[in-house]
Amino acid sequence: MNYSDTSIATTTPFLSLESVRKTYPGVVALDGFSMEVRPGEVIGLVGENGAGKSTLMKILGGVTTPDTGTITVDGTAHKGLTVEASLGSGIAFVHQELNLFDNLDVAANIFFGREPLRAGPFKLVDRAKLRTMVAPLLKRVGANFSADTPVATLSLAQQQMVEIAKALSIEARLVILDEPTSSLPLAETDKLLDVIKALKADGISVIFISHRLHEVERVADRVVVLRDGMLAGTLPKSDIGHDQMVKLMIGRMLKEREKASEAARAPGATVLSAKAIRTPAYPGRPVDLDVRRGEILGLAGLVGSGRTELARVFFGIDSSLGGALELDGKPLVLGSAADAVAHGIFLVPEDRKLTGILLDLSIAQNISLPNLPAHARRSLVSTSAEIATAEKQKKDLGIKAPSVQTRTGTLSGGNQQKVVLGKWLAMNPKVMILDEPTRGIDIGAKAEIYGLMRALADAGVAVLMISSDMEEVIGVSDRIAVMHEGQISGILDKDLFSQENVLLLAVGKQPK
Amino acid sequence: MSKKDLGLLILILVVGAIVAIINPRFLLPINLANTSNLIGLFGILSIGQAFVIITGGIELSVGSVVALLGTLFIDFIAVREVGWPLAFVLILLLGAIIGLVHGWLITRLKLQPFVVTLCGLLIYRGVARFYTADGTAGFAFGQNFPSLEFLTAGRSYGVPNSFIALIVIAIVMWVVLHRSVFGRYLYAIGKNEEAAKYSGIRTGRVVMAAYVICGVLTALSAIYFAMYTRSISPASHGQFYELYAIAAAVLGGFSLRGGEGSLIGVILGTVLLQELQNLVNLLGIPSSLNFAVMGGVILIGVLVDQQWGVFRERRLMVDATRKSAAGAAAE
Repeated sequence: MNYSDTSIATTTPFLSLESVRKTYPGVVALDGFSMEVRPGEVIGLVGENGAGKSTLMKILGGVTTPDTGTITVDGTAHKGLTVEASLGSGIAFVHQELNLFDNLDVAANIFFGREPLRAGPFKLVDRAKLRTMVAPLLKRVGANFSADTPVATLSLAQQQMVEIAKALSIEARLVILDEPTSSLPLAETDKLLDVIKALKADGISVIFISHRLHEVERVADRVVVLRDGMLAGTLPKSDIGHDQMVKLMIGRMLKEREKASEAARAPGATVLSAKAIRTPAYPGRPVDLDVRRGEILGLAGLVGSGRTELARVFFGIDSSLGGALELDGKPLVLGSAADAVAHGIFLVPEDRKLTGILLDLSIAQNISLPNLPAHARRSLVSTSAEIATAEKQKKDLGIKAPSVQTRTGTLSGGNQQKVVLGKWLAMNPKVMILDEPTRGIDIGAKAEIYGLMRALADAGVAVLMISSDMEEVIGVSDRIAVMHEGQISGILDKDLFSQENVLLLAVGKQPK
Repeated sequence: MSKKDLGLLILILVVGAIVAIINPRFLLPINLANTSNLIGLFGILSIGQAFVIITGGIELSVGSVVALLGTLFIDFIAVREVGWPLAFVLILLLGAIIGLVHGWLITRLKLQPFVVTLCGLLIYRGVARFYTADGTAGFAFGQNFPSLEFLTAGRSYGVPNSFIALIVIAIVMWVVLHRSVFGRYLYAIGKNEEAAKYSGIRTGRVVMAAYVICGVLTALSAIYFAMYTRSISPASHGQFYELYAIAAAVLGGFSLRGGEGSLIGVILGTVLLQELQNLVNLLGIPSSLNFAVMGGVILIGVLVDQQWGVFRERRLMVDATRKSAAGAAAE
């Protein structure tokens, strides 16, 4: 399967984007971005978090329309695609989070809503026909399971094959794989890469989005690098290499900014310590980690590397399957989040709306909730005490709201996050764990949250910040621990901070 | 009092006025006393149910618990000659234990409330029937418990004592639900149990406590019902009472998803249900239609409430877009 670059270049592109620009309030997500995809070509699309990849996907999927620019699909020019137009022209997505019904079998999933029916008034599903339709699709993706296997029993890679078979069933001409390997073990990844090669052999184009650069290296015919919403560069097959990609992804500007960051601080005493902790997500991989007083420890890694699971153990939500926790050198046993809170270990969770705050409660009620007995006399809640606490946090954190009795559901993401922070800051944290603290928050509020974390560290709190935003991890942390497939693959001190080193550790390699 | 409660109160008064106009006997002291007695009995039951519903749970076994504990209470004092104060405490204790077991199964073993309490519904009914050998539990001729009878079935100044008991319990439970730390936890858990857990609340214990409260109040009402009927045939005593309690809560503005509802609401819901029963009797509607009338009214009530909610939300949205449009124009 050796396609020379010239043979592909002569065919007309299936998809081409021309100077596409998309802005959101306060952010330019894509800026004059152009690219083409030719039939049977595998494009590797790489870029840091926030580089504009997901905006690009939304445009191609028809979920959002660009402000300016043209999208030409199969010779037809569009100002913007609709979901129907995208599907109709044969663009199929396989998302990182799979959209399968795991209570149904493979065949039912592939033809969901399009089942072949038997004649007669009852519109029964023609199971025999369904099976004969599914079999060739499964063969094309090289599946080693049958059409009537329940999806729940399949491995992740196999489920992805089902997704790809689904794409083939609608006669997709371009399959977009969004981080398909980020949660796959290595052996399964190989299978998926083989499927990509099979698609290519059938003349189907593929856009392969991945943080795992060596996989991009293996399958891509061309690599398109995005940085800050712009095309940072395109690498032809002959130039694809790990270093070239990383260089384009990071760019020169950022390197200068890194050097400008301040010098390392003297480390404080260890406050929270994990000794061979095993999380339910990676029971076979013990984690050792120390969080020290007065530092911000950044916890980097790819999505699915086990960072959130570790935080859940630290906060007592999940219990560790082995190992031990220590707080100030003493053994710490956590049976619930309530225990963690009692010890001054607080978590600002990743999913603000589901676990961070109660959207239906007011700011004051949210802030007092973890410490309600302190806002009560003889078990009766004192509204005035509650409001006083909330007013202080509102002022300190600059929460923008008409009053502390405003429902938190009506606030912006940044202000909601400040409410989550406020409820913990009102009760003297010892260890503060923040999971993606600035996700979905505008730039101004981000800077304020960074300032708060620094102030907490300066006040002697041990801060653990989980973040997938590379710039944030490097810009804010005093040390960076990187996780890879459930384990700490390395800890970087300030003098070794670089996007390249973090990336290398995140994919399980050693830094240079 | 929220707008919702006020609406319900107006509905109760309007229905009452209509019934009174058609049949003036509605306002006779004897009818009012009988109705308020029933409101007292069912009200205590419904408050217990409300505490469970607020957490997003449900308690289906209360009718059977009323039968079982009522049977046991009469058996204790009439046959086994246990002093009634001791029997009273024992029954409340049994109610608490039943609630505790339900709560434990739901929070620790993660069983669904519907399933646990449905099994309870079957089990307690069966046990009650077995206990009396499918007979009837009642008092022997001439057996009297004057002070107990006064407290449960008597009247003070013409007001049934069961109704007074309801008022006292309602006031206490109003404070618990709307003013206490525990009440706040209940609402928080009902709204979003995960977020409550992430705020360091021991959600399991709080939910368990809600089932215990429900169990104790159910036990209390079981005693009242037993003293009201004075004889219990466990095969039918208390049948469908769980549905009366759930209906009262739903009419009173409780969401079965949890986190919504007020104590005044559930009381008003009980009042409306009993008023409807009374209406069926007084207006000469065939009593076989009793359930159909109640079901119809609840359905209409919930429908109006829901449509009202949709209407209000839409109006809020229109307002918000108009405001933001005006703001943008001003800039």
